[in-house]
Amino acid sequence: MIMESIEILEGRKKQIYQKEQNTEQFDMTCDTKSLSGSVSQRACVFCGSRVVLYPVADALHVVHGPIGCAAYTWDIRGAVSSGPELHRMSFSTDLKEMDVIYGGEKKLYASLIELIDQYQPKAAFIYSTCIIGLIGDDIDAVCKKVTQEKDLPVLPVHSEGFKGTKKDGYAAACNALMKIVGTGSTEGISPYSLNILGEFNLAGEAWIIKDYYEQMGLEVVATVTGDGRVDDIRRCHGASLNVVQCSGSMLKLAKMMKEKYGVPYIRVSYFGIEDMSKALYDVAKHFNKKPEIMDKAKKLVSKEVSEMYPKLAKFKKALNGKRAAIYVGGAFKAFSLIKALRYLGMKVVLAGSQTGNKDDYNMLKDLCDEGTVIVDDSNPVELSKFVLEKEADLIIGGVKERPIAYKLGVGFCDHNHERKIPLAGFVGMFNFAREVYQSVTSPVWQFAPRKGGLG
Amino acid sequence: MLLRHTTKEIKEREGLTINPAKTCQPIGAMYAALGIHGCLPHSHGSQGCCSYHRSMLTRHFKEPVMAATSSFTEGASVFGGQANLLQAINNIFTIYDPELIAVHSTCLSETIGDDLKQIVTKAKDDGKVPEGKEVTYASTPSFVGSHVTGYANMVAGMTQQFAEKSETQLDRTNIVAGWMEPSDIREIKRLAKELAAEILLYPDVTDVLDTPQTGKHDMYPKGGVTVEQMKTLGDSKSTISLGNFTAEAAAIALEKKCGVGFVSEDIPVGISATDRFLMALSKAAGVEIPQSITDERGRLVDMITDMQQYFHGKKVAVFGDPDWIVPLCEFLVELDMKPVHVLSGTPGKRLDKRLHELLDMDVPDANIKNGASADLFLLHQWIKNEPVDLLIGNTHGKFIARDEDIPFIRFGFPIIDRVGHSYFPNVGYSGAMRIVEKLLMAIMDRQDRDAPEERFELVM
Repeated sequence: MIMESIEILEGRKKQIYQKEQNTEQFDMTCDTKSLSGSVSQRACVFCGSRVVLYPVADALHVVHGPIGCAAYTWDIRGAVSSGPELHRMSFSTDLKEMDVIYGGEKKLYASLIELIDQYQPKAAFIYSTCIIGLIGDDIDAVCKKVTQEKDLPVLPVHSEGFKGTKKDGYAAACNALMKIVGTGSTEGISPYSLNILGEFNLAGEAWIIKDYYEQMGLEVVATVTGDGRVDDIRRCHGASLNVVQCSGSMLKLAKMMKEKYGVPYIRVSYFGIEDMSKALYDVAKHFNKKPEIMDKAKKLVSKEVSEMYPKLAKFKKALNGKRAAIYVGGAFKAFSLIKALRYLGMKVVLAGSQTGNKDDYNMLKDLCDEGTVIVDDSNPVELSKFVLEKEADLIIGGVKERPIAYKLGVGFCDHNHERKIPLAGFVGMFNFAREVYQSVTSPVWQFAPRKGGLG
Repeated sequence: MLLRHTTKEIKEREGLTINPAKTCQPIGAMYAALGIHGCLPHSHGSQGCCSYHRSMLTRHFKEPVMAATSSFTEGASVFGGQANLLQAINNIFTIYDPELIAVHSTCLSETIGDDLKQIVTKAKDDGKVPEGKEVTYASTPSFVGSHVTGYANMVAGMTQQFAEKSETQLDRTNIVAGWMEPSDIREIKRLAKELAAEILLYPDVTDVLDTPQTGKHDMYPKGGVTVEQMKTLGDSKSTISLGNFTAEAAAIALEKKCGVGFVSEDIPVGISATDRFLMALSKAAGVEIPQSITDERGRLVDMITDMQQYFHGKKVAVFGDPDWIVPLCEFLVELDMKPVHVLSGTPGKRLDKRLHELLDMDVPDANIKNGASADLFLLHQWIKNEPVDLLIGNTHGKFIARDEDIPFIRFGFPIIDRVGHSYFPNVGYSGAMRIVEKLLMAIMDRQDRDAPEERFELVM
């Protein structure tokens, strides 16, 4: 059994599992802090809040803390805006030793006043970093004061790095967003309307999805947060439905909106032909009072799929039987990836995530083939070993996994912040297949000792 | 216009930084530690810090970067991080088996008041550090200095903790490498070899962050100076530190501990700084500068001679880290160019003084600023007030270059949108030739682009 062939940290054994026939109970330990001393691929609470809120393009994003937190999150996620680009700037209170001793409230206040005067934003998000939680700055009070003086929402985001995992950062972001939801007029919003939640418009993906819904005759009130606008978010409680992707980050907002404003929600994925089609059908079903919406959805899907199908043939032929390892942020993304890879004829030999929960892992188990290794919060040593032992031809991951894949002589596809082409929608499936094909069949591999010299 | 909000009018700001020209200490400490063989850097703080540093270094080097974290929780932040660090040290040696753990602090652990020295001593006393393995540490609070300071503190800390002096005096010169690329360090070592000078250079990231494709992922690549080698630092006859801001502190620490005298030189960028380094090495090692090196210098001077008319009076804006922008500005002046705006986010009066010494004569009206409020927003404002022909700095300069339509040369850290920096040096005479080539390419491509058809020249 694979667990014995590599050393696993004692405390990590319950975070790794191999699917086998008649296995005993499956009880993945997850949702925990990483062990001290692990080379984890995870980030912190602040990171979670920052990536979720960052695409709101007409808001100020001010990082309250020493310079690093602002410097490392400066325009690192290609969340595209069709208009304002305030979100791509890096604003920091750049706290120094004296501020740590005497507090940074004054500096934060002065910074906010200067920034608001200069940039005239629609709202401001103020992110707390680790030491704010220690020195006890009352950022709520500062935000309240500036809100009153400048007459715009100034929202504290309680994202002290050590107060949980990245998921807690998503929750802090949802709490901040919830403060502006419901503050705008819902006049003129069609009963056939929805919000796109958990789509961040990386490489323009939200635009593709928005276009599909509009083709179906639906009004998109707000995308939260891709190509996001404060005024849209203010009135998005007027939409008839919340369509939630990337369950990890935005499900909480959907739940809060359901409770407070009665807006129902459904969970979807826009990745892969199967899930993309299902998303459109599920939305259409919700609006079944108007059957033409479903008709349009069917027409759209059949048109897109019939165009896509022949284009994918070349890739399917080349990729048939190849093996893939998936290590992504949220487990929900892994489900779609498995289906999409299967569609291309590929086999998933490793599936893991940084932030999956028990339900996610149970679903993952049901979806995976025999022998697939399932991991939570993995590290480079484990990933490398599994990739070699399972003879993967492709790794799907983020920035830190890319060079590891290449060193192993294995193809790579970024399904995280650094994707440069849209992977959502039907066209996204084509892009995905092309990227996987390009990397797995790259001529460079003929010169490279592959897979630890095995192949 | 991504930076459409930048105003020409410059107002004093109260402690607000917009688009920083620096980052925080721990990433420098992590980078320095990677130059020791078999070392696993360890971030004593929240998980995010470690993840951000690894991601940033990975983006810059396109290489796997390994480091561990104490993964602070709320509990650790109330009761102190000792338990986390002790557990971390235990876990790391059990599973990742490095030769050395290099612990650096963060704003979080510093504010709590964790004492790394005490915790590491306790780990050793409790038997959590296996025989023959080491744990070193440096205090690197994010709210003091910059990434540059973090590098200096880590190298000085390791020097202080490892260097020993035995009975044997070695005919060898220590070279403390400031924050340089693997390519630069490779070039320094080549020059020393050419001079037949016996050296011990550290930290050494060659073969750590520029490793060949092998089909394997080695957690600890073959490069890096060993702890054993570092223990002999005290036996060398002298030390040359390369970089006032990133290397000198270690040379001072070594002199204090083992009495090894040192000279502090700049990172050898351009003609004069390379001359000074080679003279210092020649003197320290008691070796002659060979004809081959003189010829290299001659080729560089010849190249500049041939193309001198293209440099004259060109205005340049430079931003970056102190140890790089000082010798670069010196070189630009030698090329007859005018560095009219020079900026660094790293604080320190010494940088201001050195830049003024270099530029006051030739560019008396130059804008020079470092530390608080010296950010890319200010640099952009300067450029709006006095336009330049060329911008030199790290990747973050690309926004300004695009908005103002200025030719842009990437130089410094981080460079996350181009490759080459880790393979081709900027130091030494050959590195200077690369800089000259880049300058000329930028200037002449622009001339070609903007020339009216009748003045579009074939021979330049």
